[in-house]
Amino acid sequence: MTELYEQQRAMRAMRKAAMQRGVIAILDIGTSKIGCLVLRFDGQDKVREGDGIGSLAGQSGFRVIGAATTRSRGVRFGEIDAMQETERAIRTAVQAAQKMANLRVDHVIASFSGAGPRSYGVAGEVEVEGSAVTENDIARVMASCDVPDFGEGREVLHAQPVNFALDHRSGLSDPRGQVGKRLAVDMHLLTVDSDTVRNAAYCIKRCDLELAGLASSSYAAGLSSLVEDEQELGAACIDMGGGATGVSIFMKKHMIFADGVRLGGDHVTSDISKGLQVPLAIAERIKTFYGGVVATGMDDREMIEIGGDSGDWEKDRRRVSRSELIGIMRPRVEEILEEVRARLDAAGFDHLPSQQIVLTGGASQIPGLDGLAPRILGQQVRIGRPLRVQGLPQAATGAAFASAVGLSLFAACPQDEWWDFDIPAESYPAKSLRWAVKWFKDNW
Amino acid sequence: MQSMSPASHARPEPPVTRKPAKARRDPAPSRWAYRFHRMWLTPLYRSLLRVGLPTFLILTATGWYFSNPTNRYAIAEKVAELRQSVQSRPEFTVKLMSIDGATPVVDAAIRDLVSVDFPVSSFDLDLEAIQASVSGLDVIRDVSVRVRPGGVLEVKVAERKPAIIWRVGGNIELLDRTGHRVASLTERSVRADLPLIAGRGANDAVSEALAILDAAKPILPHLRGLVRMGERRWDVVLAQDQRVMLPERAPVAALEQVLALDEAQELLARDITHIDMRNPQRPTLRLAQPAVEELRRIRSLDRKGTEE
Repeated sequence: MTELYEQQRAMRAMRKAAMQRGVIAILDIGTSKIGCLVLRFDGQDKVREGDGIGSLAGQSGFRVIGAATTRSRGVRFGEIDAMQETERAIRTAVQAAQKMANLRVDHVIASFSGAGPRSYGVAGEVEVEGSAVTENDIARVMASCDVPDFGEGREVLHAQPVNFALDHRSGLSDPRGQVGKRLAVDMHLLTVDSDTVRNAAYCIKRCDLELAGLASSSYAAGLSSLVEDEQELGAACIDMGGGATGVSIFMKKHMIFADGVRLGGDHVTSDISKGLQVPLAIAERIKTFYGGVVATGMDDREMIEIGGDSGDWEKDRRRVSRSELIGIMRPRVEEILEEVRARLDAAGFDHLPSQQIVLTGGASQIPGLDGLAPRILGQQVRIGRPLRVQGLPQAATGAAFASAVGLSLFAACPQDEWWDFDIPAESYPAKSLRWAVKWFKDNW
Repeated sequence: MQSMSPASHARPEPPVTRKPAKARRDPAPSRWAYRFHRMWLTPLYRSLLRVGLPTFLILTATGWYFSNPTNRYAIAEKVAELRQSVQSRPEFTVKLMSIDGATPVVDAAIRDLVSVDFPVSSFDLDLEAIQASVSGLDVIRDVSVRVRPGGVLEVKVAERKPAIIWRVGGNIELLDRTGHRVASLTERSVRADLPLIAGRGANDAVSEALAILDAAKPILPHLRGLVRMGERRWDVVLAQDQRVMLPERAPVAALEQVLALDEAQELLARDITHIDMRNPQRPTLRLAQPAVEELRRIRSLDRKGTEE
């Protein structure tokens, strides 16, 4: 636990160094594509102390100066499967983005969608030492949270204090300086498989890059696809990627739940491949050109040339109607959405005041999904696209880039996590300076 | 194993195998290409490679090249050759010298002095030296030297005009109005038209002498010359060894006084050797010996007359 804590702190320090240099790279390791954005920070809102997140949702401070995407290799279900291949793909993306930015980047913030994210809500409570809440009290209350046993080989990716309560008042976002006796905190922990994290870190290190942060891609997608009132009132973001579908629930601008379904657009493609007896590349092409989930009478008459280069004329000249294709795709999409529904139900999403669901990610671009999804997920469903950020090329503004854009927002103004707060004075070594200072304060 | 003859059809034709798909080019940069690209994007390396390295290479190459004396000489030779080829172009050749404003004698002297073998390149002409050497001649008051378009070395001179003859020691010199030497004379009679002065330091007071001579116009036929006495005052020497001793100050006025006396009383026609005007308030005459005796005789007659 402390090891991870130190790692995360080191990453934060790295992020700070990158901010000082003004350049940071975003790496979205997905199953179907690896995207790399190079951000330049102009340092406009470094000294912004006020509340809220500032103008343009806090993204006025940075600008995308390089963007590149490459077909992902060696990634399955959002997890790194073949390291060398992934490393090559990362190199391709980073090099292209650097070339566009005409700038060398050393620090990178990465996200991945798989690794079996699991959410835990933990709570802690502590007596306030003085009359008012101090930084140290907050550190103590966080340290007092009883961490659940999430098993071997799991690591905490996010640990965000979601809610503070002081005596009988709850829903405080910043209790510092307030007068009270008992301080309580609710924290959201997100754990992932440590092997996956380690693999990703190793891959990035092999590319001579420094890891300045890690985030779950479902969290990043939620940051970019949910508009501010959705984040405030409560909404779920469903990031339908290639190999995994991420689910994140936001409330009061905090992520309170995240989960992942190991199903995605690639499964639809493989279904088409199997159903039509075509290679995966052709299946992908047919899916993107003619795919859909709601069949109409017109689709029976629309014949699709399958094509192919098997050398067998009869095989390469086959035609299928679009409704056949829809017949293959729809069950799989329904399965994904039902899995998501199950995860949302397990999380107790129906108890939330607002039931908004936002579909984003590359697979959400299937035509007709906005008709199919409400049948499974409920009435308030919309297809979301990520925020527009400065300098992002037109080609990278689609739904498939939701997590990359969200990650740049995460890089620009990250949420306070557990490791951003001070270490409580008690847990320092006994002879530490802070302890001495405290002793002086108490006794003199 | 039987050799397979072309005619034997024992074996079926091998099935048409599809060529193995050509290995697709890996779009990913190799590790070293990637590293090199990143290094290239580093500003320090970039500036070093784009500016520093070429500069270093060029400097090293030139340094190495010039460190070899043969190369240095070769270059110097080449440069000299080039210079020569430019300088010897017909546009720059000077073919002749023209001297303006000089009498034939001076002209010959200048030509003698400026011994340039024409034709010559204008780059090889040292005009300042020519000017200095020409103006070193006493007779030259002013000289300007330039190369005129058309390849002519033009020397414009202004000669000094001899105004007076100065006899000093055994020499006879010609002086101009300022007292500067113009030339030497072998004989006084060559320039009989010019007045004569003599005595040491006379050349320093030529303008004064000229003023005196100007004032002495009425007696010019009798005038033999002026003599500088003790480097401070003038004596006017007339025919029959008559001398007018002029004062140091305002000699012209004193001379005019003498001339006025001459006009009124024919002073100079009398038997007088010296008219001493050194004190203008008290002009003094020195009589010649016969006149003195005559004067004495007259005076003694006068005395006798009164005694009787």
